[in-house]
Amino acid sequence: MSLVREVESSVMTNLIEVRGLSKTFTLHQQNGVVLNVLHGVDFSVRAGECLVLHGQSGAGKSTLLRTLYGNYLPAGGSIRVRHAGEWLELVGAAPRDILQVRQQTLGYVSQFLRVIPRVACLDVVMEPALARGWSKALARSRAELLLSRLNIPERLWQLAPGTFSGGEQQRVNIARGFMVAWPLMLLDEPTASLDDSNRQVVLELMNEAKASGAALIGIFHDRAAREAVADRHLDMTPTAVAEEEYAHAR
Amino acid sequence: MNLSLIEEQLLSVSAEPLLQVRDLTLLYGLEKGCQGVSFDLYPGEVLGIVGESGSGKSTLLSLLSGRLPPQRGSIGYRGKDGEWLDLYSASEAERRTLLRTEWGFVEQNPRDGLRMGVSAGANIGERLMAQGIRNYQQLRSAGLDWLSQVEIDPLRIDDLPRTFSGGMQQRLQIARNLVSSPRLVFMDEPTGGLDVSVQARLLDLLRGLVRELDLAVVIVTHDLAVARLLADRLMVMRRSHVVETGLTDQILDDPQHPYSQLLVSSVLQP
Repeated sequence: MSLVREVESSVMTNLIEVRGLSKTFTLHQQNGVVLNVLHGVDFSVRAGECLVLHGQSGAGKSTLLRTLYGNYLPAGGSIRVRHAGEWLELVGAAPRDILQVRQQTLGYVSQFLRVIPRVACLDVVMEPALARGWSKALARSRAELLLSRLNIPERLWQLAPGTFSGGEQQRVNIARGFMVAWPLMLLDEPTASLDDSNRQVVLELMNEAKASGAALIGIFHDRAAREAVADRHLDMTPTAVAEEEYAHAR
Repeated sequence: MNLSLIEEQLLSVSAEPLLQVRDLTLLYGLEKGCQGVSFDLYPGEVLGIVGESGSGKSTLLSLLSGRLPPQRGSIGYRGKDGEWLDLYSASEAERRTLLRTEWGFVEQNPRDGLRMGVSAGANIGERLMAQGIRNYQQLRSAGLDWLSQVEIDPLRIDDLPRTFSGGMQQRLQIARNLVSSPRLVFMDEPTGGLDVSVQARLLDLLRGLVRELDLAVVIVTHDLAVARLLADRLMVMRRSHVVETGLTDQILDDPQHPYSQLLVSSVLQP
């Protein structure tokens, strides 16, 4: 393969490219303190690859995932994702474009389930598929498969997860996160505080996603999980510059 | 079976907006009312308008829904036939027809949106009759169908709304609006006067209907939890101005404007 073709094919398989990304928080209710949490973040992730965010608590790992998802508003830089066969810039994108990306391209799995009163466990899990227009029967069979694999007892499927234990809610949320195939997945400690057998299931789900060509970006404090899925690390230790700016802002 | 192929076929992105609002303004006094409001609303999109009392939310809703002419600005609506209608250059009759057919309005107080002197079935049938449907069986079956869709026992079809609880009245008002298959529904604090347990049921119902019917909704609420559950995006209003707009979860989790930050941080977390 010639060098040119090699470069082309590597660019072709990138699913996300992040350049010079920064995120600041201006706390207007607290004398306008400015927190510079992300500064000049650069990386890209290819199809079938898992990038693990590395750094101490407070380094901005979760902030980065939330910024990529559009949950936090970026202060500057660029986040480009492959969406519907084309590159789309998410920084400054219209809300409805971001919603389209979230429906089709970008999945987000955290350890916390946002419980909606009266909505049954199965419906919570099926929702991402129904939003993509799957039939109820198809969505239901996939949801049942995932809930079984994640060891949620069948007697709970028709109940609203509000009364479930923390671990059960976490697994329901993971089932929801893996309900449809996402080209790009953001994972915020999905295996935290799971027992061994359930952690194993989540690792399998992540490796299946990778094998089918998804790009994963994740935070994993648990070392075994990290070693099972990580291909590369992104070091997020705060730079001296960032600390200086923070001190100045105070 | 190839799932991604099925998804591609079902994926329909509506490229053209349903509503185009430009520089909409009506001021009663300095910073009373609303001014300079512009946005596009797309089919199936739910827009939440939040802000404190007196910020101009309700004035804006009245202007949008054709109930109150603005001092300045325009509202364009793309009808079922694909033609654009300039709401305030249209005739009074055209506006009224729109409000009874392609649009709906859910009042905060169901007594303002229902006819309290006629039966539940007659309330539901009214829009259909206005569209020329006179067949009794047809009206009756629409009534029965919609009562069960909003989770009211169909046996209550001949009862007067005043014999219903507040939550049932609100659900009846929703059925009365949705029976004509509107494309755009305005809602003014629809869960405002209800008990929390009744609210949850209504919200659940609204979420389902909005998705199934692909409704575009403009909803005014001061309850940020309701906004998070129903709205795709938010407009934050303060003293007649829109101070911030964006994706609902972004505004609630990372508000930018000082007032939005105050609004979000003032909510008690249960």
